[in-house]
Amino acid sequence: MTLQSFLFYLLAVISVGSALLMVTRRNPVIAALYLILNFFALGGLYLTLHAQFIAFIQILVYAGAIMVLFLFVIMLLNLGDVKQLTERVSYKKIIAAGLSFALLMEMLYIFVYAPSDLPTSRFEQAATIGTVEYIGKQLYTTFLFPFEVASVLLLAAIVGAVILAKRRLN
Amino acid sequence: MDIQPYLLLSAITFVIGVVGVLARRNAIIVFMSIELMLNSVNLSLVAFSAFLGDVTGQMLVFFVMTVAAAEAAVGLAIIIALFRNKQTVNIDDINILKW
Repeated sequence: MTLQSFLFYLLAVISVGSALLMVTRRNPVIAALYLILNFFALGGLYLTLHAQFIAFIQILVYAGAIMVLFLFVIMLLNLGDVKQLTERVSYKKIIAAGLSFALLMEMLYIFVYAPSDLPTSRFEQAATIGTVEYIGKQLYTTFLFPFEVASVLLLAAIVGAVILAKRRLN
Repeated sequence: MDIQPYLLLSAITFVIGVVGVLARRNAIIVFMSIELMLNSVNLSLVAFSAFLGDVTGQMLVFFVMTVAAAEAAVGLAIIIALFRNKQTVNIDDINILKW
């Protein structure tokens, strides 16, 4: 077993386990902490694919910025009452589980059994395209317009978040 | 190492996110499940990018992360506004748009 596949299976187990724990926890703070563990495992998986830039952005932006925002909001909402957080098993959840299982089976069928015509793997090139230098060059040349549009999107999100979360003035 | 294990892991994590969205009633956990689904798709994109030797997939992941940051900020602001008006984040109690 090579180092890459060993790391893949280790991180895959952490990733799936933390995702399952995240979905099943009653307390949203613990769920958020398991989601952060999942994001770290995913960052490691990006490193096994030689995507260094994306791996570090994953940890900085997702685990750093977005999850801090989540934890901040959870603490702000003061959901201390445990009785309020309990959820009963109902027929809706059984239907939801059945539908999700059907979706999983469809995806497994597509990825495992359906005939695929993927081009030949060029994984040896992956180490050159994942670097900060290469991605930065592409970002400011080929992908310049989407990059600028992303800045407008972030500005709109800041204004929208402030307006929505603000108390009414009157 | 082949691309199939990465795609299978991505599919499994995506379905766990779908279960979270469909089965959970806490709006914050539903929201975190959506983030989980976004991340599983990102894993597929990075895997294809690495195995095809093409940087476009990683660029798309970069923009997905931008959109996810914007979505998290606005979505959490909506949750705060809902909690202020209804004193709950249970999505069964937030049914004013239901016909």
